[in-house]
Amino acid sequence: MADEQPAKSATALLVLGCPQVPVQTSIALYLINRLKKAGITPVVAGNKAANTLLVVADQDRHYLGEVIDLDRAIGLITDGKRTFDFCFVFIHNDAGVSYAATLGAISQAKLYGLVYGEHFEDQAKKIDFPCTVIAAKAVHNPLPLKKAIDEVAPWAA
Amino acid sequence: MGCVESMNYEIVLRDATFKESRDYIRGHFKESIDVQPGFKVFDVHVIGLPPIAIGLDGDFVIFPYTKPCHGTFLLRVEDKAEAARLRALKK
Repeated sequence: MADEQPAKSATALLVLGCPQVPVQTSIALYLINRLKKAGITPVVAGNKAANTLLVVADQDRHYLGEVIDLDRAIGLITDGKRTFDFCFVFIHNDAGVSYAATLGAISQAKLYGLVYGEHFEDQAKKIDFPCTVIAAKAVHNPLPLKKAIDEVAPWAA
Repeated sequence: MGCVESMNYEIVLRDATFKESRDYIRGHFKESIDVQPGFKVFDVHVIGLPPIAIGLDGDFVIFPYTKPCHGTFLLRVEDKAEAARLRALKK
């Protein structure tokens, strides 16, 4: 019997922002599904409200896997206890840009910034660090951001 | 605010952008150090675009604290040991 270990599947961290912009929860579930279909294990990190919106919407965990507190995730990565291959940061305000810059500094993951909301262009301009920006004016309707994500197809990278 | 809630802190700035927070520290405190994102101040991993400025004013430490829904707060906390630890990093 061969003693080769099975290849470890790739992992992706989805860093949620404030859930005040409705498209976030929808796009998170969409991206989770696309990543899983591509064999990438998604982990969600957000504040209590953002995580709870997902957990309640997916009671039987058809889509969601591991869900962790955002501050805890930052600590685990900073301390070298967790690593990810991909990191998707949801950005619609200044805090989102700050979290993306932080993930870019503390993690070796390929970084994607999902920029949306009413003022998405203003936020996208602040991103002056290595990051693949996927941006669309999406507030209530997730389709513009879904389309932008599909064009990049990060799950196929 | 997690462990920050247990601190006796003063809010110097609230709902600020990260840049406003950095500019405030550099403009209002003679003494500051620059750290990288994830650096721990007290038990808080600081969030932001590098370099992140942390102010020192006697025994007070002034540092940014970012929350997803409320932007960046600039907090002022008196702690002689932490101020000394941070000051020593400058050397």
